[in-house]
Amino acid sequence: MATVAEDIKQVEQGKGKKVEDVGQIPQWKLMVRRFQKSKLSVAALYVLIVFYIVIILGDFLAPYTHDELDSSSTFAKPSEIHWTNSGPVVYGLVQKLDPDKFLYYYEIDPSVQYPIKFFVQGYEYKLLGLIPSKLHLFNIEVPANLNVTPAPKMFLWGADKEGRDVFSRVLKGGQISLSLGFIGVIISVVIGSLFGSASGYFGGVIDNLMQRVIELIKSFPDLPLFLALAAALPPNVPVLARFFLITLIIALIGWTGLAREVRGKVLAYRQSDYTNAAIAAGGSNWHIITTHMVPNAMSHIIVVGMLAIPGAIGTETALSFLGLGILPPAVSWGVMLRDAQTIQAVVSYPWLLIPVGILIVAVMSFNLLGDGVRDAVDPYG
Amino acid sequence: MVAYILRRVINMVVLLVVVSFVGFWIIQLPPGSILDVKITQLRAQGGNLPEAEIAALRRRYGVDDPFLVQYWKWISRSVQGDFGTSFDTDQSVGDRIANRLGISLGLSLTALLFTWLVSIPIGVYSATHRYTLPDYLITFIQFLGLSIPGFLLALILLIVATRLIPSQPIGGLFSQQYINEPWSWARFVDFFQHIWIALVVLSVSATAGLTRVMRANLLDVLNMQYIQTARAKGLTEATVIWKHAVRNAIHPLVMSLGTLLPALVVGETLIAIILSMPTIGPMYLDALRSQDMYLAGTILVMLSALLLIGNLVADLLLAWVDPRVRLE
Repeated sequence: MATVAEDIKQVEQGKGKKVEDVGQIPQWKLMVRRFQKSKLSVAALYVLIVFYIVIILGDFLAPYTHDELDSSSTFAKPSEIHWTNSGPVVYGLVQKLDPDKFLYYYEIDPSVQYPIKFFVQGYEYKLLGLIPSKLHLFNIEVPANLNVTPAPKMFLWGADKEGRDVFSRVLKGGQISLSLGFIGVIISVVIGSLFGSASGYFGGVIDNLMQRVIELIKSFPDLPLFLALAAALPPNVPVLARFFLITLIIALIGWTGLAREVRGKVLAYRQSDYTNAAIAAGGSNWHIITTHMVPNAMSHIIVVGMLAIPGAIGTETALSFLGLGILPPAVSWGVMLRDAQTIQAVVSYPWLLIPVGILIVAVMSFNLLGDGVRDAVDPYG
Repeated sequence: MVAYILRRVINMVVLLVVVSFVGFWIIQLPPGSILDVKITQLRAQGGNLPEAEIAALRRRYGVDDPFLVQYWKWISRSVQGDFGTSFDTDQSVGDRIANRLGISLGLSLTALLFTWLVSIPIGVYSATHRYTLPDYLITFIQFLGLSIPGFLLALILLIVATRLIPSQPIGGLFSQQYINEPWSWARFVDFFQHIWIALVVLSVSATAGLTRVMRANLLDVLNMQYIQTARAKGLTEATVIWKHAVRNAIHPLVMSLGTLLPALVVGETLIAIILSMPTIGPMYLDALRSQDMYLAGTILVMLSALLLIGNLVADLLLAWVDPRVRLE
């Protein structure tokens, strides 16, 4: 008998020890550990970090502005980079007319060579919106005595139907596409968690009213409601204003699902001892909601938010693709997709699909990242 | 049960009235109406439109009425089945929508069926063969399926199909010679050749989503003790999986039925534009762009009705599948 008792004692001690070990590591470190187990999610995180660095440095990396028209190079194909003794060069392009098909085509002229130079002067921009600069990572050097307008350019990823550089447009479009969905989700998460916890915390009339509002918004199918609201926006507002209005639309429709889930969680905490203690100690409602209700549901809120970002990016793309989101001359990836919607365009000018590929990689990375974070914050996973 | 259904239906009708009010309000928000567009068109044709005539037109179509009057005109007639006349073409809104909604619904229902038939077996396989190579492969394809925009997939499929199948038609629902024919085998084959790309594209993202849900749920259920009991008493693995585990893991799929059907009807908007199919999506978009507010408003409210009915049907189905829900 004694041995059994000792065994139990040992097991109990072992258990206690184990729990203590786990307890010594902070929650967030455990989450990071669990997150790192999922290699795909970690890879996705790195991909996204690179994406955001690239778009923040967008103007520095782009050799041209996103709306620089060039009728002498419509649908110019991506420039091939050749290595010569004097470093990388781009051959000159000669635009010719195909008299049968009435289409322009391009011939490479190897006798004309433009060397690629790094850290060159170009159009003026503001780095991070603050520091004025003219420095660009690369561009071709055109001889000063060459009197051709517009000047020859290098098209890393080809040119579109107006002769605009696809590479520069992808960078500029990414600034809108990757930030709009992100900001929209942040706003909707803030609204959703505040309204949701207020609804669950106060209960009664307030709860009832909020649930009816949510029910009403949820009764509309998403995309048609987005479209109707976007169509109601005045068409001639400045680019920045339109950007924020579209963001607001995405946020105002997106918060409802999260609000419901947070309400459910808060209803459970509402009756707990620490809430009653906070009320007894005279804590204000705002204080209790922000320090006891929202932080408790935080991991859930973050997961829902992460998983909502790819959807929001997709919504912006769809709106812009349908001509109701971001409008030209501003550029987002959705605007660029408009050029790639016909078979002729895709078969003849496949480089117009580059923004599509990048969009897929970005959305997929967000999906994988959200999935990894969900598994990481779930203590039972 | 009857009382439950009745309560839900009454709730739905009340909600629909509010939805129609808010929906109509959003649709008429942008200034101007399609009448302004029409008047500009008439002027562009060179006709000299006197102010008095414009005023008469405005009065006739009631574009200057206060919002509430416009809403009342529209909703009181809609309830009687008369959805008004589209400004753009002189057809009645009801006829125009009925034609296209039929096609949209047919497409979406077929896609829904396809989605279920594919995602349940794959999800079950993925869960029962967790962390094996096929499972990783399925997971990867799922993420890809969720991330590719539908219209791009449509474009790629269309290009590949036109290259590989010489007889692959582009756009529309029927070839020229079959448009006014009665249904026959040849016509059906022709119809199928036109719509298969749309069906595949519509199903892909929904299938990817449902497979993931099915896998996650089944994994949860497989950890339950009653599964261990079922195995311990010597049931075959197939019985354990299909009779004990899958039946308990399938709830969210039934729940998703309510949102999936309207989502599919809406989802074909972009695809229909690429494949130039005469469905409800492109029509709604055109109506919004040209501010044809009766048409746009009716479609928006109809889609909402579809969503609400879908949710109701899903709840009833759930009560039927799971006796525990009935008791509440």
